[in-house]
Amino acid sequence: MSLLTPEPGLVFWMLIAFGIVVFILVKFGFPIVIKSVNTRNAYIDDSLLAAKKAHDELATVKKSSEALLAQTRHEQGKLIEESAKTRDQMIELAKVKAKEEADKIITNAKMQIQTEKENALREIRSEIALLSVDIAEKVLRQELDKNEKQMNMIDRLLDEIEISKS
Amino acid sequence: MKSKFNIYYLLIIGLLFIASSLKAAEQPTTESASEEGDVKELILGHIADSYEWHIFSSGDIHLTIPLPVILYSKSKGWEVFMSNRFHQNDGSYNGYYIADNGKYKDKIVVKDNNGNESRPLDLSFTKNAASLFIASILLIIIVMIVARSYKQDPMNPKKGFVGMMEILIVSINNDIIKPTIGEGSDKYAPYLLTLFFFIFTNNLLGLIPIFPGGANVTGNIAITLVLALVTFFVVTFSGTKEYFKDIFWPDVPTWLKVPIPLMPAIELVSVFTKPFTLMIRLFANIMAGHSIVLGLTCVIFVTVSLGTAINATMTGVAVVFVVFMDFVELLVAYIQAYVFTILTALYIGMARIKPHHTKHIEESVVED
Repeated sequence: MSLLTPEPGLVFWMLIAFGIVVFILVKFGFPIVIKSVNTRNAYIDDSLLAAKKAHDELATVKKSSEALLAQTRHEQGKLIEESAKTRDQMIELAKVKAKEEADKIITNAKMQIQTEKENALREIRSEIALLSVDIAEKVLRQELDKNEKQMNMIDRLLDEIEISKS
Repeated sequence: MKSKFNIYYLLIIGLLFIASSLKAAEQPTTESASEEGDVKELILGHIADSYEWHIFSSGDIHLTIPLPVILYSKSKGWEVFMSNRFHQNDGSYNGYYIADNGKYKDKIVVKDNNGNESRPLDLSFTKNAASLFIASILLIIIVMIVARSYKQDPMNPKKGFVGMMEILIVSINNDIIKPTIGEGSDKYAPYLLTLFFFIFTNNLLGLIPIFPGGANVTGNIAITLVLALVTFFVVTFSGTKEYFKDIFWPDVPTWLKVPIPLMPAIELVSVFTKPFTLMIRLFANIMAGHSIVLGLTCVIFVTVSLGTAINATMTGVAVVFVVFMDFVELLVAYIQAYVFTILTALYIGMARIKPHHTKHIEESVVED
């Protein structure tokens, strides 16, 4: 039964020992540890949050850069397409212009040719006329070598004139 | 926890019974009875407190550490001397002597004029007190080392011993104190941590069989009484108005409160039974653990007279059992510290009760 009756002496020493332990540890021991652990936990939480935020931001940046790249690509394509179109247009325009020019040249040439032709024809005609006059002269001279013939001629001509006069 | 206590006792009684019956088959019964008595004496002697710290005996050499004896009696006043004075003076010093039997067995008594034994006020620094102080100093040193490490470098994660302590401290704080007390637990956390580590250190020290340990400190009712009393005062002083109202005027039909205060009486009793169960639980568990380890060790010596073969077998069995029980006690050392802390935290949490919501609704209905 002595086991179940608390000894006053031991109660006294226990009060002292426990009192000292509680005083020292409650005042200088555990609060420091708890406070440090809490501070560190808060710091770790903050760091994790910041890391997550940075990660998210990075993702956003990546996304936007990708979008920018895509847009650039798109614009590049458009630009290339446009330039091709312009080129085609220019070629077309040049073609048309060249054709016009060519037509103009051809027309001019034709006109010149025509003029030249006419000139040539006119010259040929006048040449032919001169030639024929010459030939006629020669023929006449040949014909009129003999008096008789001359006389016939004169007669005939005279007749002609008379006929025409009458 | 109580059933575990019973199991310990059944086991120890069973083992003693086996030992004695084995012996009874061979030897005359008288001797077995005396040896049984020896075992009981030995176990009780080791569990009980002592005025000196016995370390070991070999033949006639007894190595004991004398401890100061502090006495006060009205007739003789204060008396302080070392306990080895008893041996020097044939067992008595200045009229004081340690009683061999009777009501005050193993306690210092003094004989009055009529020849009746009576106890003086005995504030002796006994074995348990010495062990208590060793554990306290150890605990203070350990926690201050940890605290200093945090003070010097609060941010870096701790390694080694401090890291281990941090795991313990944080697990107790986060798994016991915060969930059970709830809001405002920071105010109680240092005390509850101190309580846990105080019990845990003393439990562990009690498991070491050689000098600085081995005392049955937390298995002594005086120790658990103080711990329970502190819990009682902490709980009572943290009690809110609602807590005391629930005790003296609980929400029950009026005929349970007036004229016979049935419910208040029950509530009031429960206020005292809570710390009382804490006291008994820790005391019984640790004491039973010490008893069973001692009992199992005694099996070796009890079976000596049964012959070499049986003795060798029983020694092997006993060693295996003792090792097993030591591991179980290691677990119990933690569990009992844990349970004491969690229940104290729970009682504090219950004492800090906020007004019930239903009451507010009722009041508002009445106002309408």
